[in-house]
Amino acid sequence: MAGHGPAPEFKNPAVRWVDSRLPIFTFMVKEYGTFPMPKNLNYWWNFGAIAMIMLVVMIATGIILAMQYTPHVSHAFSSVERIMRDVNGGWLIRYIHMNGASMFFIAVYIHILRGLWFGSYKEPRELLWILGVVIFVLMMATAFMGYVLPWGQMSFWGATVITNLFSAFPIIGEPIVTWLWGGFAVDNPTLNRFFALHFLLPFVIFGVVILHVLALHITGSNNPDGIDVKGPQDTVPFHPYFTYKDMVGLGAFLIVYSIFVFYAPNFMGHPDNYIEANPLSTPAHIVPEWYFLPFYAILRAFTDDWWVMKLFLGWFMEAKLAGVLAMFGSLILLALLPWLDTSKVRSCKYRPVYKWFTVIFVLNFLVLGYVGQMPAEEPYVTVSQMATLYYFIHLLVITPLVGWFETPRPLPASIHAATLKGSAPVGAGAAAKMEKP
Amino acid sequence: MAEAGHQPGHAEEGETRRDFLAMVTLATGAVGAGAFVWPLVNSMNPSAEVLALASIEVDLANVPVGSAIKVFWRGKPVFIRHRTEKEIQEAVSVDVATLTDPQSDAERVQKPEWLIMVGVCTHLGCIPLGVGSSEPKGEFDGYFCPCHGSHYDSSGRIRKGPAPRNLDIPEYAFLSDTRVRVG
Repeated sequence: MAGHGPAPEFKNPAVRWVDSRLPIFTFMVKEYGTFPMPKNLNYWWNFGAIAMIMLVVMIATGIILAMQYTPHVSHAFSSVERIMRDVNGGWLIRYIHMNGASMFFIAVYIHILRGLWFGSYKEPRELLWILGVVIFVLMMATAFMGYVLPWGQMSFWGATVITNLFSAFPIIGEPIVTWLWGGFAVDNPTLNRFFALHFLLPFVIFGVVILHVLALHITGSNNPDGIDVKGPQDTVPFHPYFTYKDMVGLGAFLIVYSIFVFYAPNFMGHPDNYIEANPLSTPAHIVPEWYFLPFYAILRAFTDDWWVMKLFLGWFMEAKLAGVLAMFGSLILLALLPWLDTSKVRSCKYRPVYKWFTVIFVLNFLVLGYVGQMPAEEPYVTVSQMATLYYFIHLLVITPLVGWFETPRPLPASIHAATLKGSAPVGAGAAAKMEKP
Repeated sequence: MAEAGHQPGHAEEGETRRDFLAMVTLATGAVGAGAFVWPLVNSMNPSAEVLALASIEVDLANVPVGSAIKVFWRGKPVFIRHRTEKEIQEAVSVDVATLTDPQSDAERVQKPEWLIMVGVCTHLGCIPLGVGSSEPKGEFDGYFCPCHGSHYDSSGRIRKGPAPRNLDIPEYAFLSDTRVRVG
């Protein structure tokens, strides 16, 4: 991105010595000091940084927990209880990690929603968006395997159900599941490999996050008006403007996080997971963690008696396979969104029609989440089927079509012009007055 | 937002106030980070169930004069020797000033007949020989560490070899004539 300015001069000779050999200081100044940011960013733009902090928190607490945890079917459950009772501050570290997973997903869901609403996925940020979807999928895999480790009832049966998804594929399905398990059921080999992978994947995520941020710093941030930066008058330097703005958002986020950790640590969990895994008895009502619920609802929506199955899919695949494909497909379609959306206008602020469809899409996603946690009975089955159908219709039909026929509102001439208009009631002079010491 | 961009040169008072706020923010952040890191570091200290096993009671009735036993305490062996009159005399008669780690026998025992020590060589942590009746006792009728050749006397003091200190004495107390609590 243009406007990096000249290489910074460092006064400290030690810094200069290092920097001329390995320019980490120049890099930090260019990417996080003087880096030009659109000056109209709002608080929705906090959540990338917050998600990054959450990843660090999860890795830090996770490594400490791994020092105390025993990945063996006979010891896993009690080693977690030992962490809760005997290890110094173990309860705190575990609750930070446990709720951290949920808070990480909250941050990432808001981050994704921000991208959807303001069109951050569109040219030239397609690859940036795809890397984001990759991170999201890796997070889901990591979270799923992490949830298995305490070896409670939900751990065990969650592992059983999710690994069994692969059995839906014809011919290769059963061998794949046996391979995943390392046996004929979820057992000690499964627990061991899940532990190893749960340790590995966060570092893979970290690597993809680096790529995500690198790609971001090539194109620069999108902004609420979704128009390109045209010159220095449209930007402010990353520091101090967004270091501080991110800190304000992070502070608020950490307060919410702390409320969960200290006052409702099990609010987002399931009591059944405090019962040790029993391969001979499934709990009456099993549901995944909340952040999986919408996708779980899509998975369950496909039943043999659904008209979609009867009319279109039933002839060549079972409902089970259709559900699995739909669940994976719902994520793949998200990655393809840059090409499904035919509109050149990024921000929903200037898209009078698509704006409302996006609102409906988000509400629909929440409905999917709600029915995902309800038992598989009416009316939830029908609702989940309709919501599933809408999810795909939105991405495959509505999004391309609206891009064609919608007349967008006129875009502002520049970010600078848009910020002046933002404070219009008082006149242009107000913008200057806003910068008080 | 800032039309003037990031430019210094406001009134001096304003600059000072902003600097102060920046420093307070930084300090708050540092305290927060410290408050997060401390439990992580502290979690690596011994946990409650490890500390709960930090003391043991040993029955001495079955340790006849001239023999010794090893007991397991805090993950390490403790040597308990029921010393003979000869061993006590050897230990007492040494000129303390000539020792590497000067310590009289009286400073190392509560009852002269019972020598209770942590059985870990002070050199690099091996277990010295000399507890079993057939094991070598070194040149000073005490203990001999086979790893690097440290010789300890009948009071567990270092007499020859690379070890820097006498064998450590754990905290212990006699609960009765035949019962001792270590730790």
